[in-house]
Amino acid sequence: MLKPVQILTRNYGLPESWTLQVYQSQGGYQSAKKALSWPQAQVIEEVKKANLRGRGGAGFPAGIKWSFMRPHPTKPAYLVVNADEGEPGTFKDRTIMERDPHRLIEGCMIGCRGVGAHTAYIYVRHELHLAKDRLWAAIREARSAGILGPRPFGVDYPVDVQVHTGAGAYICGEETSLLNSLEGKRGEPRFRPPFPAQFGLFGCPTTVNNVETIATTPSIIEMGGEAFSRQSELHHLGDGGSRLFGVSGHVRTPGIYEACIGLTLRELIYDLGGGLPEGTKLMAIIPGGSSCPVLRAEEIVNAPDDKAILHPWHGKSILDVPIGVDTMRELGTMAGTTCAIVLSDKACPVRALHNLVRFYAHESCGQCTPCREGVGWMGRIMGKLVEGKGSIEELDMLYDIASNIMGNTICAFGEAAAMPMIGFLRKFRPELVQYLHTGGKSSTGGLAL
Amino acid sequence: MPFALSTERERETADIFSRYPNKLAACIPLLHLCQEQNGWISDEVIQFVAERCEVSTAHVQGVVTFYTLFNQKPVGKHQIWVCRTLSCALRGSDQIARHLQKKLGVHIGETTKDGLFTLREAECLAACGQGPMMLIDKTYHENLTPEKVDKILDELTGEAK
Ligand SMILES: Cc1cc2nc3c(=O)[nH]c(=O)nc-3n(C[C@H](O)[C@H](O)[C@H](O)COP(=O)(O)O)c2cc1C
Ligand code: FES
Repeated sequence: MLKPVQILTRNYGLPESWTLQVYQSQGGYQSAKKALSWPQAQVIEEVKKANLRGRGGAGFPAGIKWSFMRPHPTKPAYLVVNADEGEPGTFKDRTIMERDPHRLIEGCMIGCRGVGAHTAYIYVRHELHLAKDRLWAAIREARSAGILGPRPFGVDYPVDVQVHTGAGAYICGEETSLLNSLEGKRGEPRFRPPFPAQFGLFGCPTTVNNVETIATTPSIIEMGGEAFSRQSELHHLGDGGSRLFGVSGHVRTPGIYEACIGLTLRELIYDLGGGLPEGTKLMAIIPGGSSCPVLRAEEIVNAPDDKAILHPWHGKSILDVPIGVDTMRELGTMAGTTCAIVLSDKACPVRALHNLVRFYAHESCGQCTPCREGVGWMGRIMGKLVEGKGSIEELDMLYDIASNIMGNTICAFGEAAAMPMIGFLRKFRPELVQYLHTGGKSSTGGLAL
Repeated sequence: MPFALSTERERETADIFSRYPNKLAACIPLLHLCQEQNGWISDEVIQFVAERCEVSTAHVQGVVTFYTLFNQKPVGKHQIWVCRTLSCALRGSDQIARHLQKKLGVHIGETTKDGLFTLREAECLAACGQGPMMLIDKTYHENLTPEKVDKILDELTGEAK
C-alpha cells in the first residue's frame, strides 16, 4: 500500500537544507547525542529492532552486520560508507548527500558508535562533485561546532568523518574492491574470508554500509527501532520501515520518492512514477537496479503453498506485490536498490539487453577469467544479435556463458552481470528468437520513445 | 622537467595525507589533484605521486590504468561525459550523443581541433531520473534536449573567446 512519508527526506524541500543551521533547527544531531551516550550494544539492539535491511543492494540486516564487529586488541575499527552509487538505474544516495549531508554525518556518528569505530570514511564516486562539496562543507561545519572531534556533546567518544573519492569504476561499489581503492590500490575485489569485519580497511575490523542505510539511523534512534520497523507492511518478514524508491525510464514523473515498505511495483510505476507516457503500455520492469532480473508486466504470482511468503498474492499480478527484499527474491528477482527501470512496449528488449551487457563488459575489472572472458563474449554475441545476425545456437550459448559465470568469481559482479542476461533470456525468448528470424525487423527499433 | 604542484595545491597535500594512517592511501586523491592542474597523468605526474606516496611508479601506473577518470593522454579544456546507460537510453541519450558529435565535429573519444572539448561516453552517472544527461567538468546537465545542449556548449565556447 502506498504510504508516502517524509522521514529521510524531511529536509529536502527546505531552503539551504544542507547547512548545519537548518539541520539543527529540525532537531538534527539529537540522535547522535543520544546514541553516543548509550552503550554500543544498545545502539546495535535498536538498529536490529528497526529491521533495517541494507539499502545498497543485498539487503543484509544492518544491525546483524554491526554485531559481527569485535574489538581488536591493537587495531582501530572503521566505518566505511559506500557512496559509489554506480548501479545503473540508481540515483537515490546522491539526493541524500546533496540535500541533507548532515543526516549522513549524523548517521556516521551513530554507525561509528554501533561498530566501535572512531573514524568513518565516506567513499563517494568522483563524478558527484556537488555531493562531495556539500559533504566536506558539512564536515567542516560539524567540526567547528565541536560535533565532530575529540568530545562530541561532551561525551568521551571521539568521532571524525573523511570523504574519499574514487576515479570511475563501477566495481568499486563492491565492498572489498572499495576497500582496496580506499587504500590507494587498483579496485580489485578481495577473496573472502577474511571478511571485512575481521580484516577490512588497512587490515582493521571494518563495516561497510550504503549511504541510505547509514542516513536512516538518526530516524531509528529518534523514533525507536520498533516503531520505525512497524511502519512497514513487511515488518513480519524482518524488512522494516520506510525507504527511498526510484523510478526511471518510460514513466511520466521519474524521480526519487520516500514511502513505507509495502509499496507495490504498480504503485511505484503508476502513482509515484505517474504511469506510462501517452500511447505506450507497460512491458517490463527491472525492480532495483540493472543487476536485478527483469519482470514482465503480465506475470502472475504462483505461490499455492499457504506457507509461502508470496501466498497472500497467489494468483494476482506481480505488480501488486510489495517491493521487499524477500518478496522480490521469491519472485525470482531482487529488490536491490529499489530504484526501478520501466520499459514500455515501445522499447526493444533486445536493445535493452544489449545496452546492459555492454555496460557489464565495460566494467568487469578483469581479475577473474570466467567474468572477464564471459562478459566480453556475451557482449560480442549481443553485438551481433542487435545487428540482426547470429543464430539460435548463439542464443543458447549466452545462457551457458552466463550460467558459467555465476558462482565462479571472487565477487558478486559475476552474478550482477549474469543475472540480467539470464532474466532477459527467460522472459523474452520469443522476442529474441523473432528478432533473429526477421533480422531485427520485428523490433520497435530502439529504446527511446 | 619534474612535475610540481602550485603553491595552493601543494598546501592541500598536507590535508590529504592527514586523512589516512599511511601514505599509500593518498595516491588517488593526489592523482586527482595533479590531474586538476595538469589535465592528464603524464609520466612526470606518476613519478611525483610515487615519490610522495613512497611507492613504486609501477604501482601508481597500475592505479592510473585501472580507473576510467584518469586521462592517460592530454585532453581538451572541457570534459564532456554523456551517459549512455539504460535509463538514459530509454529517454533519448542516443540522440543527444549523435547531436554532440555533429555539433562538435568529433567522434566519441576525440577532442575538438581547437582543444576546447573532449567528448566521451559515460556509464550511469546516478542521474537516471533526469536523463538524458551529461557531465561537463564538474556540472551535471540533466533533462537534455538538442536545443539545451546547443545553449550549454555555446556558452562554454563564448567564455573561451
Ligand atoms: C558489482 C557490485 C557493485 C556494487 N555497487 C554498490 C554501490 O554502488 N553502492 C552500494 O551501496 N553498494 C554497492 N554494492 C553492494 C556492496 O558490496 C555492499 O553490499 C553494500 O555497500 C553494503 O551496504 P548495505 O548493507 O548497507 O547495503 C555493490 C556490489 C557489487 C557486487
Ligand atoms: S542511466 Fe544515465 S545516469 Fe543512470
